[in-house]
Amino acid sequence: MFSSITADMLLAILPEISLLLLMLVVFVADLVLHGKNSPLPAWITIGGLGLTLLATIAFAQPAAQPQLLWGGMLRHDWLAFIFKVIFLFSALLVTLLTVGWQKLWYKGEYYILLLASTMGMTLMGASADLVMLFLAIETTSIPLYILAGFVTTDRKSNEAGFKYLLFGAVTTGIMLYGFSLLYGFAGTTNLYGIASGMAASGVPIPVIVGALLLVLVGFGFKVSMAPLHFWAPDVYEGSPTPITAFLSTASKAAGLAVLMRVMLAAFPGIQPEWQNIIAVGSALTMTIGNLIALSQHNIKRLLAYSSIAHAGYSLLAVAAASELGVLSVVYYLLVYTVTQIAAFAVVIVVSNVTGSDEIADFAGLHRRNPMLALALLLSFLSLAGIPPLGGFIAKVLAFAAAVQAGLIWLAVVGVLNSIVGLYYYLIVLKVAYLDEPKGEAVIAPSRPQAATLVVSIVLVLILGVVIAPWYNWAASGAGGLF
Amino acid sequence: MQIPYLLSAIVLLPILAGAVMLFLPPKNRDLIYRFALGAAFVTFLLTLVVYFGFDAAGPQYQFIEDYAWLPALGISFKLGVDGISAPLVLLTGVVIFTGVIISQRIEDRVREFFAFLFILASGVFGVFVALDMFALFFFYEIAVFPMYLLIAMWGWKQTREYAAMKLTLYLFVGSVVALVGALAMYFASGLNTFDMTLLATANFSPAFQNLWFPFVFFGFAVLGGIFPFHNWSPVGHVAAPTAVSMFHAGVLMKLGAFAALRVGIMLLPIGAQTHMWWIILLTLVNVVYGAFIAMTQTDFKYMIGYSSVSHMGLVAMGFATLDYNGLVGASVQMVSHGVMTALFFAVVGMIYDQAHTREIPKLGGLMKIMPFAGVGFIIGGLVSMGMPGFSGFIAEFPIFMGLWAANYPWIAIISVVSIAVTAAYILRAVGQVFFGELPADLEGHMHDVKPSEKLAIGILCFIMIAIGIYPNVIMPMVQHGVNAVLALLGGA
Repeated sequence: MFSSITADMLLAILPEISLLLLMLVVFVADLVLHGKNSPLPAWITIGGLGLTLLATIAFAQPAAQPQLLWGGMLRHDWLAFIFKVIFLFSALLVTLLTVGWQKLWYKGEYYILLLASTMGMTLMGASADLVMLFLAIETTSIPLYILAGFVTTDRKSNEAGFKYLLFGAVTTGIMLYGFSLLYGFAGTTNLYGIASGMAASGVPIPVIVGALLLVLVGFGFKVSMAPLHFWAPDVYEGSPTPITAFLSTASKAAGLAVLMRVMLAAFPGIQPEWQNIIAVGSALTMTIGNLIALSQHNIKRLLAYSSIAHAGYSLLAVAAASELGVLSVVYYLLVYTVTQIAAFAVVIVVSNVTGSDEIADFAGLHRRNPMLALALLLSFLSLAGIPPLGGFIAKVLAFAAAVQAGLIWLAVVGVLNSIVGLYYYLIVLKVAYLDEPKGEAVIAPSRPQAATLVVSIVLVLILGVVIAPWYNWAASGAGGLF
Repeated sequence: MQIPYLLSAIVLLPILAGAVMLFLPPKNRDLIYRFALGAAFVTFLLTLVVYFGFDAAGPQYQFIEDYAWLPALGISFKLGVDGISAPLVLLTGVVIFTGVIISQRIEDRVREFFAFLFILASGVFGVFVALDMFALFFFYEIAVFPMYLLIAMWGWKQTREYAAMKLTLYLFVGSVVALVGALAMYFASGLNTFDMTLLATANFSPAFQNLWFPFVFFGFAVLGGIFPFHNWSPVGHVAAPTAVSMFHAGVLMKLGAFAALRVGIMLLPIGAQTHMWWIILLTLVNVVYGAFIAMTQTDFKYMIGYSSVSHMGLVAMGFATLDYNGLVGASVQMVSHGVMTALFFAVVGMIYDQAHTREIPKLGGLMKIMPFAGVGFIIGGLVSMGMPGFSGFIAEFPIFMGLWAANYPWIAIISVVSIAVTAAYILRAVGQVFFGELPADLEGHMHDVKPSEKLAIGILCFIMIAIGIYPNVIMPMVQHGVNAVLALLGGA
C-alpha cells in the first residue's frame, strides 16, 4: 500500500524521521566515545532536537484540511502538529536541564531513550488507527520505564522504574483488550471508522461504555487520572529529576492528545456518557491531587500531586467536549509544559547544591539567589493560575469551557481546588522567601540550566500577556478534531 | 479633555517600574528608594491629570482606550474612567506616593519591597479603569497576590504568616467564585464580548440575575470586608508593614466594593434589587459590630482595622440602598475613608517605629513630641466621626439619607449608633496617645517625625479638609457617575 509515497507523506513524518536519524547519530557517537565521559552526546541531542523543531515548524505544517496518510495510520492535522511541537520543545528543554545533572548526563543511551520516547509521542499525537496508536504508546512508554529506573545505584530510582513498568504493563494490557473489543464491534481499527462501524452493527450502548472504560484505563494511566494516579508520586520522586519533568509534561500531554482524539473521533455516539465519566474523573483527580499535595514534604512529590491536580483541570476542559474545550486543553498544555519545566529547573539547580529534594531545603533561597527564587515564584504562581502569567489564562479558558458546556458544578469544584493549590504553592514560596537559609554554598545554575530557566519563564509571561497568537494556534489545533 | 495613552500609562507605569526595580543592584538602597519615589511621584501626577481632566458634564466614560487583546473571545484591553472611578484613581495615586514617602525605614530587601508594592499598584489601577470584564479580573488578581509577599516578608513577625495566608486565601476564593459568575454572564449574554459597557445592555433574564448576583457580589465584596467575610481584614491590617496597611485599607478594600458595584450591581441590576434587602442587614452588622469591636481593642492597629470594617460597611450599605443619595455617599465614602485610613496607618506606623509598641495604654503625651502627626491623627479622627467640615460628613450624611429614602429608616437609626461608638473610641485613643503623660520608658526615645513624613500627612489632611469645606471638588463628578448607574437600575 506504500507504492505511491508522496512528498506530503514524508513531510508529515519529518519529525519522526529526523528523530530516528538523531538517535542513530547519538548511538554512533556513543560507540566512538567508548564510555569516556564526554558531553558530546548531550550537545548532539540538543542541536539535533533544535534543528528538528525548526524543521518541523518550517516544513511539517499540515494543510488546512486534515489528511489521513500512510494507509490511514496517521492523521496529519493541526492538533497533531501542535503536539509534536510541544513534545519536541519539552524534550529539548529536558535535555538542556540534564546537562550537568550528576553523572547521568554523559551517558549516550540516556539520550537515545529520550529521543525514542519523544518519537513515540509524536506518533501518539497523530495516530488515527488503533494498531498504530498501540505501537506509539509502547514506543513512548518502554523507554520511559527504563529512564525512570536509570540511576541503577539509587534504590528509589529502581523502585520508580519497576513500579512504572508493572502498572504500565497492566494498564496497557487492559487498554489493549478494550481495543480488541472495539475492533470486534466496528470491524475496523481506524479511529475515524469506528464510530460508523459501531453504529452500523448496532452494539448496545452499555457494551460500548464498557469497552470505553477499558480503553480509558490505559489513557487514564498516562494522564494520571484518578483513580489511576497512584503510580505518579512514587515514580516522579524516584526518577532522575529531568525525567520527572519529562514524564509530567510531555508524557502527560501525549496522553491527553490521544484521549481527546479517541473520545471525539470514536465515541460520538455515547458523548453524554463519556462526558460524565471524564467530568467525574476530573473532579476526583483534581481533588485527590490537591488534597494529598497539602501534606507533602518532598518537592518532587509535591509537584507530582500538583501535576495530578493539573491533569484534573485539563480533563475539566476535555469533559466539555467542545471546540473551546479542546482549545483550552491545548492552551493549558502549552502553559503547563513551560511552567512545569521551569519549576523543575529550579528544583534541579537547588538539589544539585543541597543534595536533597526536601522542601525545607529551599529555605532562604531568596537570600542565596534572588533570581532563582524569582523564577520559582513566577513558575509557582503560574501553576496557581495568577496573572499576568500563563497559568491564569489557561485556568480561565478551562473554566470557560466547562461553564459553556453547562458543567457549572465542575467549574465550581475546579475553582475551589485552585484555592487549595494556591495554599501549598504559597507554602513553598514562604519557605523560599521567609525562612532562614540553611547553608552558605552558592546556588547557581549552569549555563544550559539558566538558558532553560530564562526561556521557560519568558514564555510563561508571554503566554499570560500576549494571548491572541497562542489562542489562535490552539484554535486551529482544536479545529482538527471538529 | 482627551489625552492619549493616559490610562494605560497609569496602569503600566508602576508594574514596569516594579520590574525594573527587581533588577537594580540590591545593595544600593538610595538608588532604589529614589527610583521608587520618582516613579510614585510621576504616577501621582498622572492621576491628578485624570481627576482634574474629567469632565463632569461629558460622556459616562472618559479617557477611553480600546485595544484588541483576544478578539476571538471578545476580550479587549479597554480602559476608561467614570465619575465613580476617577476619584479612586486619584486616591490610589495619593496613597502610592505617600506610602512610598513613609517607607523610608524599610531596611530588609528594599528593592523587592518596592517592586511588589508597585506591582500591587498596577493591579489596583487596572481594576479601577478596566471596562473589560476579563481585564478587570486580570488586574484584580494581580492586585491581590503581592499582598501575600508584602505581608509575609515585611510584616509584623508574630502574625504575618498566618495573616498573609488568611488574606490571600479569602480574597482568592472570592475572586474565583466571582470569575465563575462572570463566565456565566459572558456565555449567557450571547454577545461574545467581555466589554462591560455592552454587557450592561445584555438584558439577562431575572432568573439568571437572581441566581448569579450573590456569587458575583460576594465574590468581590469579600475584599470590601463585608460581614461575615471580613475576618481576614483586621488581621491583615495589623500584620502588614505601614505602607502596605495604607494600601490595603486605603485602596484595596475599595477595590472589592468598587468591583462589586461595577460587575455585580451594574451588570445584574435586577439581581441587585432582589437581594439587597438582606445584604443591607449584613452591612448593618459590619457598621455596628465593627465599631463595637474597635471600641474594645487596646492595640492601636486592631482598633483602626475594625474601624475600617465598620466604615467599609457604610460603603456597602450605601450601595445596597440602590438610591441616588446612598450611592453618592458610598462613592464619596470610598475616597474619604481611603484617605483617612491611610493617614491613620501612617501615623500609627510612625509611632510604632519609635515606641515599638502599639498598645494604646502604654502610649501617652505624644502631642508634645510629634505635634504634626498628632494634629493629623485628630483630623483623621474627626473625619471618622463624620464631623461637618470634613470629608466624612459629606460621605456619611447622604448614605443615611439614602437609607431613609429607600425605606430602611430603622437601619439608619441603628447604624447611627456606630457614630457615637466611633467618637468614643477615637476620642479615647486621641486622649490616651497624644495627651496625658509620656510614659517613663518612652522618655528620650521619641522624636518628631521627618519633614517628608509631614508632607505625606499634610497631603492626606488637605484632601479630607478640601472635600469637607468645598464638596464641589468631588460631588459633580460622583453624581455624574451615580446617575449612569441609576440609569442601569431602571432610573429608580
